[in-house]
Amino acid sequence: MAEVLTGAAALIMLSALVGLARVLRGPTRADRLLAAQLLSTAGIGTLLLLAAAGRPALIDVALILALVGAFASVAFVMASRMIDRR
Amino acid sequence: MSLLVSIFAAIAVLAGTFFFIAGTLGLLRFGDTLSRVHALTKADNLGLGLIVLGLLPLADSITDALKLVVIWALVLLGGTTAAQLVAGAVRREQDPPP
Amino acid sequence: MTAWLLDLPLALGLFGAGAATLVARSLFGAVLGFISTGLIAALVWVRLEAPDVALTEAVIGAAATSVIILYVASRISNGALAPAPPPIAQRLLAATFSVLLAALLAHALHTLPNPAPSLAAPILETMAPTGLGNPVTAVLMAQRALDTLLESAVLVFAVFAIWSMAPERRWGRAPGPAFVAEPHGPLAFLARVLPPIGIVIGIYIAWVGADAPGGKFQGGAVLAAMWVLPWIAGLTAPPSISDMRLRLAIAAGPLVFLIVGLAGFAWAEGFLAYPPGFAKPLILLIETAMTLSVAAALACMIAGPPERRAP
Repeated sequence: MAEVLTGAAALIMLSALVGLARVLRGPTRADRLLAAQLLSTAGIGTLLLLAAAGRPALIDVALILALVGAFASVAFVMASRMIDRR
Repeated sequence: MSLLVSIFAAIAVLAGTFFFIAGTLGLLRFGDTLSRVHALTKADNLGLGLIVLGLLPLADSITDALKLVVIWALVLLGGTTAAQLVAGAVRREQDPPP
Repeated sequence: MTAWLLDLPLALGLFGAGAATLVARSLFGAVLGFISTGLIAALVWVRLEAPDVALTEAVIGAAATSVIILYVASRISNGALAPAPPPIAQRLLAATFSVLLAALLAHALHTLPNPAPSLAAPILETMAPTGLGNPVTAVLMAQRALDTLLESAVLVFAVFAIWSMAPERRWGRAPGPAFVAEPHGPLAFLARVLPPIGIVIGIYIAWVGADAPGGKFQGGAVLAAMWVLPWIAGLTAPPSISDMRLRLAIAAGPLVFLIVGLAGFAWAEGFLAYPPGFAKPLILLIETAMTLSVAAALACMIAGPPERRAP
């Protein structure tokens, strides 16, 4: 079972790393952001699979990543929502 | 019993992996930014959901199982909000408000 | 057997993302390459059996560093503040030093004795009187408490440095710029739903640090992120930087740490020594104050120098 879980984790990680090509290719800023978003979700999946394969402490790392995963997108729109007061 | 659980877990995990790969393909192959946002958000959230579903019967304790469900709920919440924010930003860039 | 299937892509991915950061033509590409490098590094720490470091990398990389640099990058490229590319000589110098440092590190790694010297066994032997179950916390709070005390003071100085970036006329305002409030938008929704869950998780991570991966820094960073989110969504405003409660919250950790450390002269064997039998409650007291300080200091760092009018 552990072999299947680790294998699935490896596949998910590999696909997210291939997706990182979007960071370089763009063309828009949103596309670059999406690649990082994919890496974050894939990281959570990988951590959960590794946790089930025998390292239960990793669930907490996945929990934190899930909690703060949206912050990059929040930062992405921050500048456009600023009110410039002198 | 345990063999059935293992088979169920393996099928769900592999199905989840398939959706992750589908999401990456969408991110790389789809023609415009909004389609890519859509492909990624849906496929990844579904993929992670299937993985959580498969891992639930393998969890050591009720607490761990609860954490798995909370993680999926948080990813759904964060992922959908992020998709809305990014899509909003893309639209403003394409046709800026007067 | 399947382990290398995971480790090889991670190692290549770490190099790839690092290289992408360096060669990216756009500012945004470089920033997102850097963020991706951090996410991969968190997974690499997991594979190196260092879940405490992985937790720190995940929460600081995803919630603090990425917010700060993404926000600064979009603020720079939105306004007239477009940065001039550094002169070629400066870039060459930076590249030379980076290559030199990498070569030195690689050399050091190569000449490590095999098996590497380890203090793990003596630490596990001496951590019993502290009542802690996580050896990382035992090292941070008991064996090397002086280092941790100094590190906690660094956070206070970092906040000083950021606040002193503000021009004179803005002194006394609240951290960060003001943001548009859009009460029914997706950001406001997230800022209402996420903090109640996140605060519970932050306290849990800080609390569980005594026996499992986690602790004051990771938990405090989560709390900081949850505090900043409603500011960004325009739902609430941060306190003024002259607010005594904010200043006390930032200083609480090092202050309590120092008082407990000095009390060691009277009640135990010396500075930063814990009286026998009281180690665990004292460590918990320090960790609680430190969690508060990390949360307040990191929230101020993410928000930035004071710009918005105090509420």
